[in-house]
Amino acid sequence: MLDNPILRVTAKILFAPIIIFGLYVQFHGDYGPGGGFQAGVIIAAAFILHSLIFGLEAGRRLVPGWANLAMLACGVLIYGGVGVAGMMLDGLFLDYNVLASDASKGQHYGILLVEFGVGLTVTGVMLALFHAFAGFVEADYAATEDE
Amino acid sequence: MAGYVTNLLLLALLVFILVLVIRTRRLFPVVVLAGAYSLVSAAMFVNLDAVDVAFTEAAVGAGISTVLFLAAMAYLPGIEKTPPEAKGIGHILPALIICIIAGLLLVAAAIELPPVGDPTAPPHVHVAPRYLEESGSFLHIPNVVTTVLASYRGFDTFGEVVVVFTAGLGVLVLLAGFTRTARIAKSGKTGIDGGEGDDA
Amino acid sequence: MIGPVAQILESWNYLVVIALMMGGLFIVISQNNLVKKLVGLAIFQTSVFIFYISVGKMAGGTAPILTDGPETLYSNPLPHVLILTAIVVGVATTALGLALVLRIHAAFGSIEDDEVLAMKAEAAEPRARRGGDMGDAV
Repeated sequence: MLDNPILRVTAKILFAPIIIFGLYVQFHGDYGPGGGFQAGVIIAAAFILHSLIFGLEAGRRLVPGWANLAMLACGVLIYGGVGVAGMMLDGLFLDYNVLASDASKGQHYGILLVEFGVGLTVTGVMLALFHAFAGFVEADYAATEDE
Repeated sequence: MAGYVTNLLLLALLVFILVLVIRTRRLFPVVVLAGAYSLVSAAMFVNLDAVDVAFTEAAVGAGISTVLFLAAMAYLPGIEKTPPEAKGIGHILPALIICIIAGLLLVAAAIELPPVGDPTAPPHVHVAPRYLEESGSFLHIPNVVTTVLASYRGFDTFGEVVVVFTAGLGVLVLLAGFTRTARIAKSGKTGIDGGEGDDA
Repeated sequence: MIGPVAQILESWNYLVVIALMMGGLFIVISQNNLVKKLVGLAIFQTSVFIFYISVGKMAGGTAPILTDGPETLYSNPLPHVLILTAIVVGVATTALGLALVLRIHAAFGSIEDDEVLAMKAEAAEPRARRGGDMGDAV
């Protein structure tokens, strides 16, 4: 797959639009179909396409393992952090009403942040899953070659 | 009416794919058929007004899930060894009996359910009207699924995100650093291989 | 069409979904191949999703994205939310199962559950000793 010019050029052209579409789904989720779960999967799909065409090594240079793990954890932390922020501002856990001057605006901010956390975690998990499964084969072949 | 006919056609397609999955021996077609099953059910979700769910099912079930299965299949044997039917009817009869009994019990329960689309059905009169009303008048967010997901049921979604996170970590723990484990397993594997040789 | 025929036509979705669910369950129970079992589990799961979404459908309704029309009927958003999250959790847990299958294949060289069980039974005797070896190797 690495040497096929059609696939390489197509992947290069598609990579950025897929991510833009993912961001659109992420931040337009309040007004149309979409949200963090879908956006996370779409953005992960862009990176998976990149790894499929240009190889796992190139994919890991683009998103190193530590960055991937950080994405996993940060998403959950952002979600929980929004909840704790509500408690700090004299509300309840995950109470968005107190996040801004009026309740409706606070809900908007809360939903946006929470969806962002969801998107980050889902992107990270899908990417980590792909690399774990695709990299598994390589690791095993390496082990067989050594012996 | 058109929606009803589409619904029937898609359900028939799902049954067809299911039969193919049961009958196919080679695992690559099985995995791809599972992706097709997800895609057809995504079409069904659109027909049943669940656009967000259809979006997710198409991206996750038909996309990522198939990619993961194929990535694993690159390593696993591509064909089922001995089909259960080949071992005689006695091998699949218990499974068949369990499925028929469970299915009949579920059917007995399902015919008591209110018909599909009935506006007076219990799920439609409890909390859903409040979500639909408040999302427009108080939150000013048109997509009610997003408000229920992130706000009304924020705890629920938090739990789901933690589950996704934990499952991801679980896979990483199971598969990461496999090179070392492979060597240890190989050094101990000869005993098992010997056992298999005795069988043959 | 009054009577049982009408009743069956109205809850047709439920009946077919139950058949699909039982098909998935049949695969999980009867097949020996672990990958096929996982596919059966995924089919079972997707069928349950269709059941939930059918419950949420409102006759003459539209997708629960608010429009300006005051008299618009919307389908129930609650099942959509439950299933939306369940799909993503489902793929994560399926991946966990697949990782276990990969490890089983690495340890036993087979993904047929009857073969794996037979190997485990045969290896039951020297197993304890091998555990000690593994400890030494680490």
